[in-house]
Amino acid sequence: MTYLNALAQGIMLGGLFALFACGLSLIFGVMEVINLAHGDVAVAAVYLAIVLIPATHVSAIWIFVLVVPTFVVGGYLMQRYFLQRSLDSGPVTTLLVTFGLSVVLENVLLEVFTANSQSLQIGSLVSDSITISSQIFLPYLSLIILGAAIVALAAVHLFLARTRTGRMVRAVADDREAAQLVGAGYRHLFGVAAALAFGTVALAGLALGMYTSVAPSTGPSYLLYGFAAVVIGGLGSLWGTLLGGMVLGVATTLGSLVDPDFGSMLPYLVFLAVLAVRPRGLFPKKSLA
Amino acid sequence: MTAATGALAPAAPALLVTRSRRPATWAAAVGVCGLLVLALLPFVSAIGFITDLVNLFILVSLATMWNALAGYVGLVSVGQQLYIGAGAYLVLVLSQHGWDPFAAVPVAVVGGAVLALPASWLVFRLSGAYFAIATWVLAEVGMLFVERFGSLGGGTGAPVLGLDGFGPDALLRYTYWLALGVTALVVLAVFVLLRSRLGLVLTAVRDNETGARSVGAPVMASKRVVYLLAAGGCAATGAVIAISQLDVEPSNVFNVQWTAYMIFAVLIGGLATIEGPLVGAVIFFVLQQELANYNAWYLIILGTVAMAMAIWARRGVWGVLTARLSLHFFPVGYHVHIPGPTAPGDRFSRFLRGDPPVPPADPHKEETRA
Repeated sequence: MTYLNALAQGIMLGGLFALFACGLSLIFGVMEVINLAHGDVAVAAVYLAIVLIPATHVSAIWIFVLVVPTFVVGGYLMQRYFLQRSLDSGPVTTLLVTFGLSVVLENVLLEVFTANSQSLQIGSLVSDSITISSQIFLPYLSLIILGAAIVALAAVHLFLARTRTGRMVRAVADDREAAQLVGAGYRHLFGVAAALAFGTVALAGLALGMYTSVAPSTGPSYLLYGFAAVVIGGLGSLWGTLLGGMVLGVATTLGSLVDPDFGSMLPYLVFLAVLAVRPRGLFPKKSLA
Repeated sequence: MTAATGALAPAAPALLVTRSRRPATWAAAVGVCGLLVLALLPFVSAIGFITDLVNLFILVSLATMWNALAGYVGLVSVGQQLYIGAGAYLVLVLSQHGWDPFAAVPVAVVGGAVLALPASWLVFRLSGAYFAIATWVLAEVGMLFVERFGSLGGGTGAPVLGLDGFGPDALLRYTYWLALGVTALVVLAVFVLLRSRLGLVLTAVRDNETGARSVGAPVMASKRVVYLLAAGGCAATGAVIAISQLDVEPSNVFNVQWTAYMIFAVLIGGLATIEGPLVGAVIFFVLQQELANYNAWYLIILGTVAMAMAIWARRGVWGVLTARLSLHFFPVGYHVHIPGPTAPGDRFSRFLRGDPPVPPADPHKEETRA
């Protein structure tokens, strides 16, 4: 029964990891780079919420209405006026610049908000749960996060598959020159992809801030979990990403049954094992969406 | 490091190939004297300054190792802290078994390189961002792994034993010499590597990896050699860190911040030269000292500068300084002196290049490959 509960918790935790992975997967799929500051952007969203909640009197559970649009706009501007410049100098420069951004962001948060960990207070939602049996609980919050992850992944999928802009983003991802020849300007479309990625990662950050407490140094490990979910799921496959997140989530909760430290180690080991055996992931897919 | 000359093309008339020029010969002399002065410094200098220099040497070794990886073979590792931690923990473990911590340093170097062998098997299947993240994950796994050992102090770490036998002054001196020696060896190792046949491959990989592969250069093998070298160098530095800090704490030695230091120093100094990381580490260190009262702001400022330089000044401070002058203190290239009717350049640049004085009838045109 303990294992069954761990399995259920792990699957729900997978939603959180998938939410982190969604934006990474999108940016990698479109621009073939990894934003190493991804986790820190999520943490920045938590701190923005911590500032905004007392200022606007919006409750924590609804604060995403303000935070996510801010990050969508911020992501677009960031891509157009900063990240694009590093992209123009090549993938290595982009890696280094986003790594620098990660360190700078983390230390700015450290200076402004101290190293103390904080969380978003959502009252009884964090403790209430559906009781399946005496051993298995499904907390409302975990269900909400899993639901949010599925909605976000579906929204990104539908955007890429069905809308005109989404199709243009995919065209640019497949063949930038050819797409440009028929009038799809890649800079704007990269901006759109980055905006979406920043929006989803802000959502992931808020979910994380409700789920557990967050400190400025929390970011990188969720970048790694998110990336691991992308790789395990297979690049470019959004639903594979959700499955990858769930594999990691289950690894975390099962590992935690041994001891909490092993809980943070086991998902990494699973990731390395997948890299060693199937570097293209468990559910590889050729192109985006 | 003296000028070694030899003819490459036997048939061509008077085609002279040299490996170094006059500034390099000077630099070698100054370098040896500088090392001597640095080695004697603990006898005359204030203790605080010596401690600062140990930290500078740590920074120089780390930056040099990261530059060898990223600058020459394009391996952007974000996980070199794995080897720093491995080196530090090897010193800790051996000291717990009664070893002299200083005697444990060579073992730490070998241990780091040996650990890098299976790690390279795993991460070399990946490239670019995948490689970067995989190295980072390995470092995290390394930290979580050593934290599981209660005998090593678990998550809080443990003191390095056997250091209290020295007096405080003597310990600082030995630590200083160790740090200086490691730094000198690390820089020398990269220099020797680049001058070897393998160095030719590395330079080719740096300039154009696909091109190097297409002419049959052993790209993978040379990458692996550099990865193992960087692991050994970082492990040596980790050992220095363990001894200079007197204890080993997993969240310190396995901190990604070390990699941030390496990357920032190299980006500021300049990628893919031997001099760049040295210059960058010194600039980084001076700024770190100057801004020491402003907590984490030094890292924010240095990070911002490094990002700006990565985008707008890719060759770094050293690259910008030497863009006009072909100045190399570590001669790793070949200089081909081609006889021809071309103008020989002004006297100063000829002097810098170490060209022979212009014979009126036979001016030399020169091409440089560094």
